[in-house]
Amino acid sequence: MLERARRSLARIGHNFIENIWRVGAMTRFFVMVLAASGTSFRRFRLVMREVYFTGVQSLIIILVSGLFIGMVLGLQGFETLQKYGAQESIGVLVALSLVRELGPVVSALLFASRAGSAITAEIGLMKATEQLTAMDMMAVSPMARVIAPRFWAGVISMPMLAAMFSAMGVFGGYLVGVVLIGVDNGAFWSQMQAAVDFRYDVMNGVIKSFVFGIAVTVIATFEGFDAPPTAEGVSGATTRTVVSSALAILALDLVLTASLLRGDH
Amino acid sequence: MTAENLVEIDAVTFGYGRRLVLEGINMRVPRGKVVAIMGGSGCGKTTLLRLIGGQLRPTSGAVRVGGQAVHELDRDGLYALRRRMSMQFQFGALFTDMTVFDNVAFPLREHADLTEDMVRDLVLMKLEAVGLRGAHNLMPSELSGGMARRVALARAVVMDPMLVMYDEPFAGLDPIAMSVVGSLIRRLNDALGATSIVVTHDVVESLQIVDYLYFVAEGRVVGEGTPAQIRATTLPVVHQFVHGEIDGPVPFHYPAPTYDEDLGLAQARAEAAHA
Repeated sequence: MLERARRSLARIGHNFIENIWRVGAMTRFFVMVLAASGTSFRRFRLVMREVYFTGVQSLIIILVSGLFIGMVLGLQGFETLQKYGAQESIGVLVALSLVRELGPVVSALLFASRAGSAITAEIGLMKATEQLTAMDMMAVSPMARVIAPRFWAGVISMPMLAAMFSAMGVFGGYLVGVVLIGVDNGAFWSQMQAAVDFRYDVMNGVIKSFVFGIAVTVIATFEGFDAPPTAEGVSGATTRTVVSSALAILALDLVLTASLLRGDH
Repeated sequence: MTAENLVEIDAVTFGYGRRLVLEGINMRVPRGKVVAIMGGSGCGKTTLLRLIGGQLRPTSGAVRVGGQAVHELDRDGLYALRRRMSMQFQFGALFTDMTVFDNVAFPLREHADLTEDMVRDLVLMKLEAVGLRGAHNLMPSELSGGMARRVALARAVVMDPMLVMYDEPFAGLDPIAMSVVGSLIRRLNDALGATSIVVTHDVVESLQIVDYLYFVAEGRVVGEGTPAQIRATTLPVVHQFVHGEIDGPVPFHYPAPTYDEDLGLAQARAEAAHA
């Protein structure tokens, strides 16, 4: 009994140290990616190619999810707002929820599962099939040629995807609020325009999605680069990317919301 | 360092943690020759290639390529040296997201400031040499194992390196593909004036194409010589390897307690006697 308790305590301690170690390794990896980023800017074509694979190919899932979420917000919001006779504010509710919270967070979660997992699996398999070692033996740094372009592509794509998610969501809210339920068209848009502040609301969302973009791509590229070169290794790394990204996004969202709201009135 | 040796390995010892993989290895690879490093699986052959390529550093001893001590180079020095050497990996390690053409063109585009026309000419010349000019538009997934190995060969020599290292170039190939790859290694080496190191466990094929062989077992060089000397050798380890004998100095059994002990026979016998 005592032995079992001791062993589980030791396991908890071991996992704790292991995770702290991973955070340290990831931070070091992040610095190395930044240091190896010169090539990505000199040969921007490399980054654009990855923007296509990570950003453009995530568009469908981002746009469709944005539309659905906007429509649900419209329905739920209308239900509550009409109790207070404030159904014209439905546009405000949909737009603010999207640009400040749901746009950056949900699009980052979708990005992590669509593009993040793909990045991890691709890099993990490149490692397992010795493609990264081969590149290194050709005197081409895999960090500069493979990792950094994928990192910057993610960082560039994420805010744009979040913006498109929010735009699509507002359109979904419009479809439900104005077209389906019949809220006044003019009131819907003018109230939204008056209540949404560019600096406090829109820019906060952009900052968030930028930070999420960095977090997701660092996690995805690190997990791929660190994956044991076996089938289980790569599948485990892919799972870890999605789980750690989701946790990181939600934790960072709390921190960012708390610090960005401070100046808000 | 003598001028006629491109690669010199002096008393190299290497280990992962406490486990020693190589112990006091000495080797010479003369310029222009094809030298084979042979031995059973897991005997440290690939580790030797990694030491020559500077991916690993020896625990003690020295590895010199073209007069430069590889283990003392910094990253820039190592990359400068690697531009003049190349390595072909066991399964080709072709970049799966690029066509055959782009794979072979990769080192040129990364390192040489050439026009796309010149890149095209050079790539097609190398692909012609390995007989795959017609396959330049295929993706690596569309190639057979032997073809992939030949593309990797073309990529390995596209920069006209002074040293080419092959890690198990014959593994998993059918007899025809094996002779094709074997003769290509020899022909490309002679045509380019390069030096080649072939790490392999395929005795028959390598005895036909190489100038000199080293046998490695349990981290040591246990035999060496020209193909004729190796065929005639009486050294037990080399003899067992060349003739593929099941048991010998390289034992069939993994170290274990005695069979009787493991099955509990001794105890059963004692109990039976007691009863």
